[in-house]
Amino acid sequence: MTDVLERIGEQVKGNAVMIYMKGTPQFPQCGFSGRTVEALKQVGKEFAYCNVLADAEIFENLPRYADWPTFPQVYVKGELIGGCDITLEMFENGDLKKMIDEASAS
Amino acid sequence: MNTQEVITKKLQTLSPEHLEVINESHMHNVPEGSESHFKVVIVSDAFKDKMLIARHRLVNKALQEELSGGIHALALHTMTMDEWFEKGNAPESPPCLGGSSKK
Repeated sequence: MTDVLERIGEQVKGNAVMIYMKGTPQFPQCGFSGRTVEALKQVGKEFAYCNVLADAEIFENLPRYADWPTFPQVYVKGELIGGCDITLEMFENGDLKKMIDEASAS
Repeated sequence: MNTQEVITKKLQTLSPEHLEVINESHMHNVPEGSESHFKVVIVSDAFKDKMLIARHRLVNKALQEELSGGIHALALHTMTMDEWFEKGNAPESPPCLGGSSKK
């Protein structure tokens, strides 16, 4: 149990931008994940992803990691920024690009 | 009380000026009459000076019980009164892409 939380911690801290989603960026399997990953693609910087449908341990435990009950989840520099609605709102107002550009530069 | 009514009732704790709880389950791969996917549009000055993530956490906390078992998805649009007047409405939710539900 502790191991999986450590594994999540390494993933979110080891990647400037990390998304936990249902499906893959090429083949999202949920409309919310699809829209969220599309926003990340539009920002244009590299990001890592984890398909939670292919990793039962992460699927079960990710909600406990940052006390966030739903998927997808987007992390920038180890911090949860939110799920679909927050990511899209930040994309539309320009904050997402700003945040990701800064995170990718450091 | 159905889930829609439970959600509506629990969110009264945030003193909403405007609250829409919409059952969007029909847009997803679930049996007819399901209460699995919801969209909530909530306008409250409880969100003033709070980042989006903090606002969503307030709602998630109020619906903790429902989110940990009953409902599968919650599209969430949180606004203050000023933002509500400025924006007018919330965006459309996406259609289902066929991913599995609870595993």
